[in-house]
Amino acid sequence: MFRATLKSLLARKVRLILSGLAVVLGVMFVSGAFVLTDTLGRSFDSVFADGFSEIDVNVAAKPKVQVNEMEGEQTVAPLPAALVDRVKQVPGAASATGVVNADGARVIGSNGKVVTSFGPPQLGENWTGESELLKLREGRAPQAEDEIVINKALATAAKVQVGQKVGVLTAFESKKRDFTLVGVFGYSGDRDSIGGVNEVFFTTPVAQRLMLGEPDVFSSITVQAADGVSDEKLRDDVARTLGADFEVKTGEQVAADASASLKEGLSFFNKILLGFAAVALLVGTFLILNTFSIIVAQRTRELALMRAIGASGRQIIGSVVLEAIAVGLIASVLGLAAGIGVGALLAFLFGKLAGGLTLAGIGVPAAAVIGSFGVGLVITVVAALLPALRASRIPPIAAMQDVATPDRPLTKITVAGSLVTGIGAVLLFLGLSGNAGGQTLSTILGGVLFAFIGVALLTPLISRPVVSLLGAIFSWSVPGKLGRLNSGRNPRRTAITAAALMVGIALVTGVTVILDSAKGSISALAQDTIKAELVIAGQQGGPRPPTFDPGVLDQAKSLPGVRLVDGEYGDMARIDGEGTWVAASSDIASLRQIFGAKPTAGDIDRLGPTQMLASSDTATSRGWSVGSTVNVQLTRGEARTYTISGIYESSQLTNPVTLPVTAAKDFAIPQPIQGFIQLDPGTRVSDVQPQVEALLADSPEVSVADRDAFIKQQTSSLDGLLTMIQILLALAIVIAVLGIINTLALSVLERTRELGLLRAIGLRRSQTMGMITVEAVVISVFGALLGVVVGTGLGAAVVEALKDEGITDLILPWGQMGVFLGLAAIIGVVAAVLPAVRAARINVLGAIAHD
Amino acid sequence: MTATVGQQAQAAARANDVWKVYGSGEAQVVALRGVSAEFERGRFTAIMGPSGSGKSTLMHCLAGLDSVTRGTVSIGETTVTGLGDAGLTKLRRDKVGFIFQQFNLLPTLTAKENILLPLSIAGRKPDPAWYDTVIETVGLKDRLDHRPAQLSGGQQQRVACARALVSRPEVIFADEPTGNLDSRSGAEVLNFLRNSVREHGQTIVMVTHDPTAAAYADRVVFLADGEIVSELIEPTAETVLDTMKKLDTAAEVGN
Repeated sequence: MFRATLKSLLARKVRLILSGLAVVLGVMFVSGAFVLTDTLGRSFDSVFADGFSEIDVNVAAKPKVQVNEMEGEQTVAPLPAALVDRVKQVPGAASATGVVNADGARVIGSNGKVVTSFGPPQLGENWTGESELLKLREGRAPQAEDEIVINKALATAAKVQVGQKVGVLTAFESKKRDFTLVGVFGYSGDRDSIGGVNEVFFTTPVAQRLMLGEPDVFSSITVQAADGVSDEKLRDDVARTLGADFEVKTGEQVAADASASLKEGLSFFNKILLGFAAVALLVGTFLILNTFSIIVAQRTRELALMRAIGASGRQIIGSVVLEAIAVGLIASVLGLAAGIGVGALLAFLFGKLAGGLTLAGIGVPAAAVIGSFGVGLVITVVAALLPALRASRIPPIAAMQDVATPDRPLTKITVAGSLVTGIGAVLLFLGLSGNAGGQTLSTILGGVLFAFIGVALLTPLISRPVVSLLGAIFSWSVPGKLGRLNSGRNPRRTAITAAALMVGIALVTGVTVILDSAKGSISALAQDTIKAELVIAGQQGGPRPPTFDPGVLDQAKSLPGVRLVDGEYGDMARIDGEGTWVAASSDIASLRQIFGAKPTAGDIDRLGPTQMLASSDTATSRGWSVGSTVNVQLTRGEARTYTISGIYESSQLTNPVTLPVTAAKDFAIPQPIQGFIQLDPGTRVSDVQPQVEALLADSPEVSVADRDAFIKQQTSSLDGLLTMIQILLALAIVIAVLGIINTLALSVLERTRELGLLRAIGLRRSQTMGMITVEAVVISVFGALLGVVVGTGLGAAVVEALKDEGITDLILPWGQMGVFLGLAAIIGVVAAVLPAVRAARINVLGAIAHD
Repeated sequence: MTATVGQQAQAAARANDVWKVYGSGEAQVVALRGVSAEFERGRFTAIMGPSGSGKSTLMHCLAGLDSVTRGTVSIGETTVTGLGDAGLTKLRRDKVGFIFQQFNLLPTLTAKENILLPLSIAGRKPDPAWYDTVIETVGLKDRLDHRPAQLSGGQQQRVACARALVSRPEVIFADEPTGNLDSRSGAEVLNFLRNSVREHGQTIVMVTHDPTAAAYADRVVFLADGEIVSELIEPTAETVLDTMKKLDTAAEVGN
């Protein structure tokens, strides 16, 4: 029995390869995700291990405000310089060095543009001499206030040479300052950069002033252990001497912690990739289900014979499931291998993009292997169960006669479909209305899954009228008519094939609806509310937003025709122990005049140095009212008490909390991020814009644009997101295309005799091909149509649920939908090529004699 | 009474007042009208009749492939009527063998694998001596590693015969076994079937409409309109043909 199964499997390898391919692609996604994150994770491990290899023990202040990887970078408060001497005196410490090391040292390249980073920090540091790790390649160490050295990779990227004047923006000075490049250094092992990190070294006082904002402070203190003293013992001794206010760690610990926080971000990335793998596998499931159903139908006689000569129903199920296991197993192996390749490729690209991350060897974590085989096998077997069950119900008598399998009524499947769709709708409603009790995301995902399966079950019923309507377009020619009739011939098969395409198209459409609506709503709101004709802002590349020189604000204010100028600052702060986003406006009048804020209590037109404003939502949820006092801890400096002097009505454009601009110097980024300029009535924008542009000559990270261009720029990140999601979902659509090819190929095989007959009575080759193509186009357009409708429904439901979050306008991407339908027609034509050629090549005589 | 018991022990398959009705109302077709018949052990019985006479239906009912509307069917000591799927599967494994008009070999398996398929499905080992005998009798010794596509029709049907014989079933049902063969290959297969009855005591029930084929049997049962109308012992092609002609005339007269 086992042998018979395997032999019959081998005889139908081509058929199974296509369905196996669907599993291969899904599994590839799974294993690729694991391999990518594992490889990157280990690469970061080695980067950090290297970066901290020179440090025995590291002393830093405890962060005042904890931020996670999603909220931004952790900025550490500075340490007093006097602490270095205290550390030096700890027994066992050979030496202690005060180190300035902070993100935000941006070098301006020879083209006048800032050298950007897509993730790794741009560190500004104080020069403390060469080490095992770091060696000067050219020039000398910085000695004067206006001298710097930079790493080789940065020098190459900026196209600057030793001896040249180089402009640098720093954490506390977003106005370009010129330095002389006196040296270029590299790292051990002939590396130009470690993990894409760029470094600028100043003399210690300059580094302190420009990177930390005050003299005589350091970011951290690195301690070298005396001979014979272990790192751990030294750490414990230093910690005891300094007390509980400091974080004292060994170099290894620092490296591990830094790596761990990055990996947190990676694991999020991993989950997203696995989500797309799930979509691909869902589509793959449809495909496998269909292939096995068709194979079982074609093998009716063979299976009946098995039954007649004594095979039990269970053995038949076993033989089909065994086939599924074999297919799943092979597909898993191939998928795993392909995933390792894809993961390695992505890791390589990521390394390049991140500016030369040296990759650790490609690793295949156990999770990749277990995930691949688990997913590949389970999906295939589950998908094959239904066909297996059907196979076991074939009566043995079918071996002797052509048992006409009457088209089973669609009642049962329709009832089931309605039920499942209903469950999906209820889950979606619960999830979207926020009544799922903490399980919102999983409830919504479950709802989407049920909705897809439910609609797939309903598809056979819908397919009859819709397919005949679609096919009517082609009915003017005989092959077109035949193709149309063929596609309506087996509604279940047509339906499943179309449903596979539906899933991908529906998700793309849904996401497009949501993002377009979000974009439209935000733009509309901004256009209605922001009363500033000009906006200063930059495009954010890495974790740090672009900033500009606050001096520009005052200069812009004095330009003729300018009525109001506002610079916006922002940071995560801890207010009464709770993480809260705080903002500061350089001119508090902007709140009302530019952002249209309306007071609900107190006074929002002025703000004293110890006063703060809150939005009505924040005030309500935190129980604040005018006169309440709160404790605010910013990234730097000591905690301070503020009194709430006013509350403004919450809108999409208001910040939860507004602090006086004097507090901004203690923000992680103490420079303005955006500037808003309101002009006097009657002043022409084009008159003022060039003047502001000139003011920004020394702040090359930002530019000034009119309001519409600014809004476009702000919402353009959504476009990038949409493109990324579309690319990832394209895989699901590719799998669906495989499904169409497979279904057609099997149908052609099934109808060999019929095709031969048609050819015998005079159907030309080209007409045969036309007939098959029409069938494919009808199926794929039907699938796309379903997808567009379902996707629009899902998207509209989400938009409706997000009404309170400010997505007020439902925007339907008609153009995109048209593109999807057109694309589906092309997909149909492409999918039909191979089966059509095959059908056209059928030997007429052989086909009629075919049994 | 004793005679009946003796008879029961003799019968490899029995039909007792078997009715088979397809459809209902206007579309009702009565395929069998109270057929009672016994098929003795160790004999080669042919069932004949014009098309639509119910001969195939009778065989399907006897073999447990189709359910009966009324009456009972038994094979050996097993009452087939009323058996569930598991019981029927066991019956097909242990007591029944089939030979089909279309040969129905698995194209992916070699001749040998096809022959051994029923045993491997049941998870049993062949009896080597009996296997050798079967192979010897069908004369396929040098063709065992060939696929069905590499064999002639007659050879394929002999493989199918060997497949039915190898598990030594209580009874083999053959459905028009020579219907797809030329006369020479057909004669070979029929000779082989007769020999397996004579030499090895196998019981065979064959449905056919070919008088020449029926003449190889020990006994011929004639069906018309779902009823047994006649019977011949030790038939020849001529006697069979005569009987068929009479039946046809009777049918015409009846109409």
